[in-house]
Amino acid sequence: MTQTFEEISPADFFYRNRDIAGFTNPSRAVFASIRELVENSLDAAEIAGTPPDIYVRLTFEEDDQESGIYKLRVEDNGSGIVSRHIPSAFGQVLFGSKYKLKQSRGTFGLGGTMAVLYGQITTHKPARIVSSTGSTKVYIYRVMIDIQRNKPIILERRVLLNKEQWHGTIVEFSLEGDYFRAMPKILEYLKQTALVNPYANITFIDPKGRLFKFSRVTEKMPPPPKETLPHPYGVDVEMVKRLVRVTPHQKMMDFLSAHFHRVSERIAEKFLEFSGIPKTRNPKKLDPQEIVRFVQMLKRFEEFRPPSAACLSPLGKDLLTAGILKELKPELTIVCQRKPSTYAGHPFIVETAIAYGGEIPKGGDFVLYRFANRIPLLYDEASDVAFRVIKSMNWRRYKVSPNMPIAVLVHTCSTKIPYKTVGKEFIADRPEIKREIQNGLREVARGLQRFLSKREHVEREKRRLSVFSKYLPKIAKFSTELAGRERQPEIEKLLRSVNTSG
Amino acid sequence: MGEKQQDDSASAVKKKKETVANLEKLGQRLYDQMEQGEFPWVKMPSRSIENIRYNPDLRQYVLGERFVKRSARNIRHIRPLSQLVWTAFFAHKLSTQRKTSTLRDVYYSAQAYQMSFKDQSESDNVITDLETVIGLAREDFNVFPEERSAIFGDLTIEYNVPGYEGKRMNLTSHPDGLMIGPALTYSEFVKTSADKVFAIEKGGLFTRFVEEKVHEKFNALLVLTAGQAPRATRHFIHRLNKELELPVYIFTDADPWGMHIAMVIISGSANAAHLRDLTTPDAIWSGVWATDIINYDLPSDPLTEIDIKRLHELQRDPRYKDELWQREIKIFLKIRKKAEQEAFSRYGLTYIVDEYLPAKLEETR
Repeated sequence: MTQTFEEISPADFFYRNRDIAGFTNPSRAVFASIRELVENSLDAAEIAGTPPDIYVRLTFEEDDQESGIYKLRVEDNGSGIVSRHIPSAFGQVLFGSKYKLKQSRGTFGLGGTMAVLYGQITTHKPARIVSSTGSTKVYIYRVMIDIQRNKPIILERRVLLNKEQWHGTIVEFSLEGDYFRAMPKILEYLKQTALVNPYANITFIDPKGRLFKFSRVTEKMPPPPKETLPHPYGVDVEMVKRLVRVTPHQKMMDFLSAHFHRVSERIAEKFLEFSGIPKTRNPKKLDPQEIVRFVQMLKRFEEFRPPSAACLSPLGKDLLTAGILKELKPELTIVCQRKPSTYAGHPFIVETAIAYGGEIPKGGDFVLYRFANRIPLLYDEASDVAFRVIKSMNWRRYKVSPNMPIAVLVHTCSTKIPYKTVGKEFIADRPEIKREIQNGLREVARGLQRFLSKREHVEREKRRLSVFSKYLPKIAKFSTELAGRERQPEIEKLLRSVNTSG
Repeated sequence: MGEKQQDDSASAVKKKKETVANLEKLGQRLYDQMEQGEFPWVKMPSRSIENIRYNPDLRQYVLGERFVKRSARNIRHIRPLSQLVWTAFFAHKLSTQRKTSTLRDVYYSAQAYQMSFKDQSESDNVITDLETVIGLAREDFNVFPEERSAIFGDLTIEYNVPGYEGKRMNLTSHPDGLMIGPALTYSEFVKTSADKVFAIEKGGLFTRFVEEKVHEKFNALLVLTAGQAPRATRHFIHRLNKELELPVYIFTDADPWGMHIAMVIISGSANAAHLRDLTTPDAIWSGVWATDIINYDLPSDPLTEIDIKRLHELQRDPRYKDELWQREIKIFLKIRKKAEQEAFSRYGLTYIVDEYLPAKLEETR
């Protein structure tokens, strides 16, 4: 017996394992396609520095609505894609602009392409992409994917004049799906996305022609994240090998301070002394065993400074508040942004919020909104670290009782979110992250407690006053009759004194 | 006896006037407080257990020195205070219009004035507050309990309730006896040939006494207490004793509960510590004693655990300190038996009247 081995391309791999990227069934596939493309659009708009305008339209492909074939069109006003990259950006798996260390929405580089790939395998139709970077030209491509070779096949390329200096991208393709089962998740996703991107306009037209519009309440956008070098605590052997391959530096001293985050010459010198590596050693001459040891020593050295959070882009208190007020319409919002922290060399920031009353539903557990790098997490809530933290807290201490209308929001942003599974739906119990979420929730819970106490006090005063204004006149009336007087005594002053005395 | 009658008549009318005046004074006081920009308040003796003591001179329970102040300034007081004022207003209305009411009726009447009581026990409690504040019994402001007892014998009374003013009645006119209700309670005593009062616990024996003409044979007025005597009845017995100077003999079952029925007629209860004129300290418990169970060889039942527990309580009670009571309690505890008044029927229907009664009267005279 002989075994046959074949090499498969990344596109082929994801074709065979599309569950990993969330394309499990027709309902999840519609949801995942919309989600991937909307996230690409949000990123593109942020790169362009323009408040996003995103238009999503899902229509029945044919007149026969039973077929389950839809056409999806997602349009944005983002930075656009350089002409020569357009086919690869949507026709080649793992071709992306996101392999650098800064906070961004996706990290697989699968997003758009995976959606197009799924469309192709279910309908065998090409995708149409229109894009411009705001130059004088607009490019239109029709592409398919050569799955076995992971290469785009360009069916058509047209160039139009861009008179209005439009920039952005339009993606349009066909796919098999089940919109009506996916609808609740899609609408929830769009609502939560609108919440966490209050500066975005998102328009959605569903196959029945219904319009869902999420309007921006501010033009202000959070400062864009900066790119950063890898932190010595966060690198692995493969990463070091790649750095060694590309570095122009010939001495370990220079190599360390040039390619690692927050490593000064002084610290580099100390580290080399600590690990017993000569300062002048050529990094390109390190053998595999030495590289493994080098990575181990990096982790053991305690004097590296913590990574800076400049590469992160949290939402900030103002935008978070604006988003919550706009989408949840509560009576009260309390937000908290924790100071930057790190786990395993990766910087992260936790933002928490509590919303109370107003249109927030009553009854049962709190509504929990989870976000990671400004993406809503909609599945597997009970496995998420935030959920566990909420469950472990003694809410009665904060005057919170069951059935109160409360929504809790937790946003974690990091250069690397520690998802527990490839599905990227819930965050693992890293102790560092758990602690920050805990402290953040405690802070907003204390704010809620102050609000509830104050209101309780006001209500108690109101009740007090109502008791006095109910019974004092009766005492006046009956004692007047008992005493046989004509006129009732003056009690207004007494009632007023109750009101002010607290 | 003519002169004395006049006094008595005057006293009942005087009491009514005093009641009305006290209620009006209460209203006046509260009114003035409010006129002076003060939260209205009342002060009254505390009725808590710690403030109830036995007064050996009065031979009844009285309230001690502690007072409570109920002020409208206090959120927890304002509701009961307004209930108290309403009750005073209502009592005043009853008294001046010469109408009567029951505890239950007061509870319902409140609703006509948008005054709410949680339940009847709350309204009963406020009525007791009012008694404490004005120092008079609720019967004085025409509020009576539901339970009634009866009287039979040669006593002529004169009503003074509306519609019956001046009308006289002899209490032998109905063989079942006459109910001691509001009208009888405040009637004037005109004349009597009786020279003693028998207070009887049970209806069966009361009827037997009437049938056997005990009132004639013994020259007595017969009062049925029907178990624990209601306050109106205790007050009535008090009047018979005080106004007509008739000695009172009490006959109850031979058990701790019967003893206590007699004792409450004699020395009153802790619940009425704020009131006077409900007790008859010179009344005598004539039977049935524990000693009688032995001497008359009466059919008996064993004492229950609850009976025994009650006996131990009574043994320590200051009202029971006299020799007779202590002796009988000891005998009860020794023989561990109790007997009912009806037990004498084993010797025939008239034995109790022909033999027992004369003997006991002789013994306790």
